[in-house]
Order: sequence, then structure tokens, then C-alpha cells
Amino acid sequence: MPDLVTSSNFTMWDLFFTQKRKRLITSILLAAFCAVWVYPLIWMVSGSFKPNSELFQGTGLIPDSPTFSNYGRACAEANMQRYFVNTLFVTIGSVVITTFSSALLGYVLGRRPLPGKIAIFGLMVFTLFIPQGYTIIPIIQLLTMFGLGQSLWGLMIATCGGSIVVFTLLFAGYFTQVPKELEEASRMDGVGPFKTFWYVMLPLARPVVVTVVVLQSLQAWNDFLLPLVVTLANPKMRTLSVGIYSFKGEHYIDWGGMTAASTIAIVPIIILFLILQRFFIDGLAGAVKG
Amino acid sequence: MKNRNIASRIWEARIDYLFLIPGGIIFSAFIIFPLVASFYYSTLNWSGFSELSEFVGLENYRELLQDEFFYGAFKRSFIFMLITVPVQMMLGLVLAIILNNKFLKLSTLFRAMIFLPVVAPIAVISIVMALLLSPFNGPINGLFQSLGVVSGAIDFLGSPQLVLWSLAGIFIWKWTGLTMVYWLAALQTVPDELYEAARLDGVKTWQQIIYMVIPIVAPFAIVISLISAIHALNVFPLVQATTEGGPYFSSEVMEVYIFRTAFAPSSGQFPRLGYASAAGVLFGVAVMGLTLLQVMAARSTRKRRQEAELA
Repeated sequence: MPDLVTSSNFTMWDLFFTQKRKRLITSILLAAFCAVWVYPLIWMVSGSFKPNSELFQGTGLIPDSPTFSNYGRACAEANMQRYFVNTLFVTIGSVVITTFSSALLGYVLGRRPLPGKIAIFGLMVFTLFIPQGYTIIPIIQLLTMFGLGQSLWGLMIATCGGSIVVFTLLFAGYFTQVPKELEEASRMDGVGPFKTFWYVMLPLARPVVVTVVVLQSLQAWNDFLLPLVVTLANPKMRTLSVGIYSFKGEHYIDWGGMTAASTIAIVPIIILFLILQRFFIDGLAGAVKG
Repeated sequence: MKNRNIASRIWEARIDYLFLIPGGIIFSAFIIFPLVASFYYSTLNWSGFSELSEFVGLENYRELLQDEFFYGAFKRSFIFMLITVPVQMMLGLVLAIILNNKFLKLSTLFRAMIFLPVVAPIAVISIVMALLLSPFNGPINGLFQSLGVVSGAIDFLGSPQLVLWSLAGIFIWKWTGLTMVYWLAALQTVPDELYEAARLDGVKTWQQIIYMVIPIVAPFAIVISLISAIHALNVFPLVQATTEGGPYFSSEVMEVYIFRTAFAPSSGQFPRLGYASAAGVLFGVAVMGLTLLQVMAARSTRKRRQEAELA
């Protein structure tokens, strides 16, 4: 071990804190930090099983007298099961439409020789950062014009607009890297352009497809301004986010019911996150590089 | 000749144009149309989607520039951005550097835990925080009091002086996981050999970070801060769900102001869609300006780096 002897900046400190011990200490500190970090969410889930009288008694996580009555009230009074179905409908519909149309856009813009391509790209990038507060009034006016101002279909279609530009750029970036031969071979064999896209190109882009599905699910499930405005006059159409928000306004004493409703809204997206964690994280990170 | 060339190229690409239709419809309807229509609406006196509108030119803008609520909201939006972005950037970077260590077991688990608030719906977060931070027997106040940190309950979300700071704290908690992931992506560009070489030379970890890692990931800071800034300006869901801009408008940010003016006027007043559109346009222009500024900054640093590499 020559460098142990020669290196002059070696101190007692370094001898005590070996790499292994340092790592252990880091891990313990991190574990404590993470425990505090996720505490609010865990507290909420545990609170949904506590009776209202117990909820405020402290910061403890294990209910003394566990109960399901909060969930009963969340469904009976706050209509959560209906909002759940609404949210599911909007999310699934917008995921299918957005994935399909942004894949087509990305495919054409990423690799087809198309006059006007640069102009379309430029326009898209220009709109990337428009705040939602800027676009909300015309969107509602447009939906109203088509008689969709207060329908789940309108909400579903409008939700597709949220991130379509980002997804198109992700697809375009991916499709530019795919070698030309595959597509040419397929076209030589007389396969039509749409079939080439559907059976050859789209399966190749599977990682991007999963990423887009995941990100759009997150966006649709958690969206707030758009569903809030669309359902202002029509409580039956509310999504979970808006439902919980209104629950807070209407039953502001029933904290137990609120935590139960919140748990109903958060569990599906967290399960999706835990299963597809890698795609969430890589997808969001990929948006920076692109 | 050239024209025919273009025409024939367009004709050849006719099927590709067909492919653009579904996405094109969504893009035009929900992005391009609102972009243009907002400008038009901003020149109208218009009090509801079913009401008739009247052209008033730039009257809305003139009124906005004298509206102290507009100024307040505008200012708060940018203050909120200035509070949250630096904290989020620093905290995200520190966490990313620690979690980027390949030898750290459980690093994936820690990453997932820090990322968790990012996937939680804002409406849910607002409820949890309203409960935890409640001045009436809320657990956090209870904890502070039992530790003897404070004597009386703190009204985190109900005091006009505190509310913006509390919201900023919640916002940072919610989104730092995302910033961390951006930084982790940036850290992937540091080659493994560099760490190896530094380790063999006996360079201390903190020296590696300051002299090696930070200079390499610094160019990403502009992109990440841009995304975080835009994020912080779009804080509507958090504020609306938690405080609705209150108490006494002390947390009313720009989009809450637009929402209130257009969709939820106080009792006895009409919704003012044209006026709200004008506010939206001014806000949108400010955001775009900020974007442009940062893109230009990114360009010039890249240029400088290239020149440095050539020299």
C-alpha cells in the first residue's frame, strides 16, 4: 500500500471514516431524511383508517381503533367512486389518443422528408412554455362551441393538448436514430405506409411509448385547472382531484373522510409509479436532454 | 422549376401529411388556437361564454395596468419563483450527487421515496398539508409545541405574512424529486474514468465534487432552472387547492387571479373573460420573455465553451 504511506493529506479522520463506514453513515442519514420526506403521505394513508376523534391526537402512524367508516363516507357523501370512474375514463382515453397522435407526429417529423417540417418544429418549440392560465379561456370557449363544454369527452380531448408537444419531440428524437434500412425494406416488400409505421416503427419505439403512456397518465390523473373549470357547473363530471378539492370546501370538518378520499386518489398512481418507476424517472429525465 | 419541385415533393409526402392530422388537430385546437384567440378575446368586453361581447380595443390593458390586484398577483408569481427555484436547484443537486454514488446500496429506494411527492395529485397534497399544518391541534404545531420550539400555534396557511412561504415550502417538497432526477441525468455525462482517476490520485470526495463534477454539470443548470422557473409560475393547482389565493389575496398568484376574474368572480360581480384574457396575455408574454432570456443565456455559454475548447 504505497500511497497510504506517501500521501501527506492522510489524517486520523480518514483512518476512522473508511469508505465503507462513510457509506453506512450516509445511508442512515438518507434513510432518516427520506422517512421525514414521505411522512406526510404515510400519515395521510394511516389517517384514513383512524376515526375523526383520533386523527388530530398526534403524529403517530398506527391507528388505535382502526375503522373503514371514513371510506364509507367518502363514497356515500362525496361520491368518490363516481369521480374515480370519471378520472379513469379521462385518463385512459387521453392516453390512447395522445400516444397515438404524438407517435405519428414524431415519426413524420423525425424521419420523413417533408416540406415545412422545420416550420412545424419551430412553432411547436415556441409554444412549449405557454402557461395554462393563458390558454384556458379559449379552450373552454372552443369546447362550448362544439357542445363539449360540460362533458367528459370534451375534458378528455382537451387533456390531450397538455403535453403533446413534449411527447412529439421525444418521439421525433427517437425516430431520427432508427436506421433507415428497416423501413426501406418494409416498403420494398410492398407494405403500406401505415402498416410500416404500426408494425415496424412503433414496436421499435416501445421505450418511448411506455414513457409517454406513463407521463400522460400522470398528467391526466393529476390535472386540476382544466377539470375544475369544465366541471364548475356540473358536479357529476368531476375528476378525483376536483372532487377532493370540493370535498374540502363542502365537508370541511370531516378530516377522516378527506384522508380516505385522498387515499383513493393517490393509490392507483402510486402503484403505477412503483411498477413503472424506471420509466417515470427516465422519461422525465429524457425531457431535459431533448 | 423550383416551385414544381416543391409541389411534387409535397405530393410525394401526401401520406405523411395525413399522418399529421390527428396530432395536428389537437395541436391546433388546444395550443395554436388558444394562443391566437387569447389576443382577440383580450380586446373584448365579455361577461360569460353565452353572453355577447363588445370590442373595446386596448381598454382592458389600460385598466389592468392600473389594477393593484393584477400587480400584486404578477409580483407574487415572480417572488414565488425566486424563492422556490434556487432552493429546489440546490437541494436537488445535493441529493442527486449523493444518490449518484454507485456503491450506495438502496440508492434506488431512496430515489423513489424522494420522487414520491411528484406523482401525488396536488389536491391530495393540499389536504394533507392543510391537516398537518393546521393551527387547531395540527400535528406539526403539536410537535413544535411539545418540543418547546414555539409557544403559540403557528397559522402557516392562514397568516398573510407566512402563507406564501408555507406554499413555497410545500411546492419545494412536491417538486424537488423532479429536479433531482434532472440533475441525475446531467450527472450521467460525467465519465466514470474521471472518478476513477481522481480516486487513484487521492482526490477527496468534496474536492471531486467542487472541481470536477460541478463544472461538468453546470451547463445543465440553465435548462433545469428554466424548466423549474416555468413550473413555479404555473403554480395554480397548489395555490387554488390550498388557500384559493387567500387570506385576503396574500397568496393570489397570476393564474389564480385569472381564474377568479374569468370563472369565479366574487358575489355580485360578473365574470370578465376579456379582462382575464388580457391578464393571461401579459403573463404569457412575460413567461415567454423569461424563456427567451434563458435560452439566450444557454446559447452564449455554449458558444463560450466551444471557443474555450478551440483555444
